[in-house]
Amino acid sequence: MSAIYTERITKMYNKVHALNGLSIHVDHGEIFGLIGPDGAGKSTFFRILTTLLLADSGMATVAGHDVVKEYKEIRKKVGYMPGKFSLYQDLSVEENLTFFATIFGTTIKQNYDLVKEIYEQIEPFKERPAGKLSGGMKQKLALCCALIHKPEVLFLDEPTTGVDTVSRREFWDMLASLKEKGIGILVSTPYMDEAGRCDRIGLLQEGKLLKADTPKGIIDGFKKSLYAIKTESTYKTLLFLRKQEFTESALPFGEYIHLSTKWKLNENQILSKLKEGNLIIKEVKRIIATVEDVFLDLSSKKSTI
Amino acid sequence: MSREIVIKTDALTKKFGDFAAVDEISFEVTKGEIFGFLGANGAGKTTAIKMLIGLSRPTSGEATVAGYDLYKETERIKKRIGYMSQKFSLYNDLTPQENIKFFGGIYSLSRKSIKEKTQEILEKLDLVDVANTPVSTIPLGWKQRLAFAVATLHDPEIVFLDEPTGGVDPMVRRQFWETIYEASDNGKTIFVTTHYMDEAEYCHRISIMVAGKIAALDTPDSLKKQFEVESMDEVFVKLVRRNENTTSKISK
Repeated sequence: MSAIYTERITKMYNKVHALNGLSIHVDHGEIFGLIGPDGAGKSTFFRILTTLLLADSGMATVAGHDVVKEYKEIRKKVGYMPGKFSLYQDLSVEENLTFFATIFGTTIKQNYDLVKEIYEQIEPFKERPAGKLSGGMKQKLALCCALIHKPEVLFLDEPTTGVDTVSRREFWDMLASLKEKGIGILVSTPYMDEAGRCDRIGLLQEGKLLKADTPKGIIDGFKKSLYAIKTESTYKTLLFLRKQEFTESALPFGEYIHLSTKWKLNENQILSKLKEGNLIIKEVKRIIATVEDVFLDLSSKKSTI
Repeated sequence: MSREIVIKTDALTKKFGDFAAVDEISFEVTKGEIFGFLGANGAGKTTAIKMLIGLSRPTSGEATVAGYDLYKETERIKKRIGYMSQKFSLYNDLTPQENIKFFGGIYSLSRKSIKEKTQEILEKLDLVDVANTPVSTIPLGWKQRLAFAVATLHDPEIVFLDEPTGGVDPMVRRQFWETIYEASDNGKTIFVTTHYMDEAEYCHRISIMVAGKIAALDTPDSLKKQFEVESMDEVFVKLVRRNENTTSKISK
């Protein structure tokens, strides 16, 4: 039995597809990452699966229960951490956790094992109002509250958005240890670099799944030749590259420009071409694609159709 | 060839009571540079920027922005800088045309010059078709580039970008950075704050604030070499951890 199973889930808002035929499955003990920018439909999908919103068509089960007919069962068995901070700001850390435990008819003591590792990190501040915690600590508390009733499936909608790098890493470490306990986890993120922390990922854009696979599978599926170019003048080099016949796409990528080409070239061919444009080039190297390269490639293909 | 310095601070400090939110920071930014100003939440970034844009008076230290003194000439500074943030840059209920007109008025541009600028921006950004629809309905990518155009209406020397592109589409983000690179090519200095480390890699040089001080300042490449890591993300993690260790040693 899958922790989450969906078949062609579709949802429209004012004639616009928020979700367009989304089919995925997530196993117990698996982290599935839904990766896509703002407006891709991530939150709508979460709300349908947590039985807060009805899909227009398609079917879905969570922990083996149908999201429409058996929504009450699902609500007992899932933990949901919405994108917006959803705790009571005026209640203390401890009061929030007690509150959520009570709602689900349990106590902190009963399921302490599951949240122990996380809760210990915020316990020194247990008297502090939740609204006065730092971003990273808020996330930890929200995660504790979503876990306190020992859910089978965990939904985390952009848990790391707006959280600093160090806290983001800690958060992913926590998810890895929860997964070991057999919980199925669906997590969304706009950060492509977090893809590597998931067992499988789905790339989502405008309500459509561009591709779903393991991070490695996604990267291996990119068949074009890709080069990283470092230059003194990014803007001029970009413009120059886009005029070349061999260029499929040229995009800024941090300190580098990533160039994908229509046919295979060696580094020196690219370098000598760039020299014709009087550009000062520091480095040209062939590289392996990142998840972000794949996303950009798939999404540009889509928009030209 | 020495490059013109457009921002210079020397032991710039801002205290709230005994607490030094910004603790003797010194750095220089040169003309046309894209300078990344990073730090975790609460490291003192916002306080530092508020001083640099003339909204908060320093407690001590020296600084000039666009050649003007941060204590005595803040009104002049404000005319020479542009400011754009993710949170607020444009009026959503106004159309692109109205936004340009409004901000042009704020910057006291002449009617003629506002008219010319409006035409120029709408054409350049391909916004002619949506010139009269509310900004709230146009796609984020366009909106960001329009916000940047509006922030540079008065042709400032320095543009402050405060968390400009959080959580957006990878393609939109790239289009935005191209706009930044183009402005830098044209001699504008760009001062960017962000806490997204992958975004930091787009900058020419980066300073990282930890607990009110500048803990590192260099090109992304040199910082990665110096810390023996592959990404700015890891540079940041190492820096913060190092700081935590020293603090806990002191408290022991």
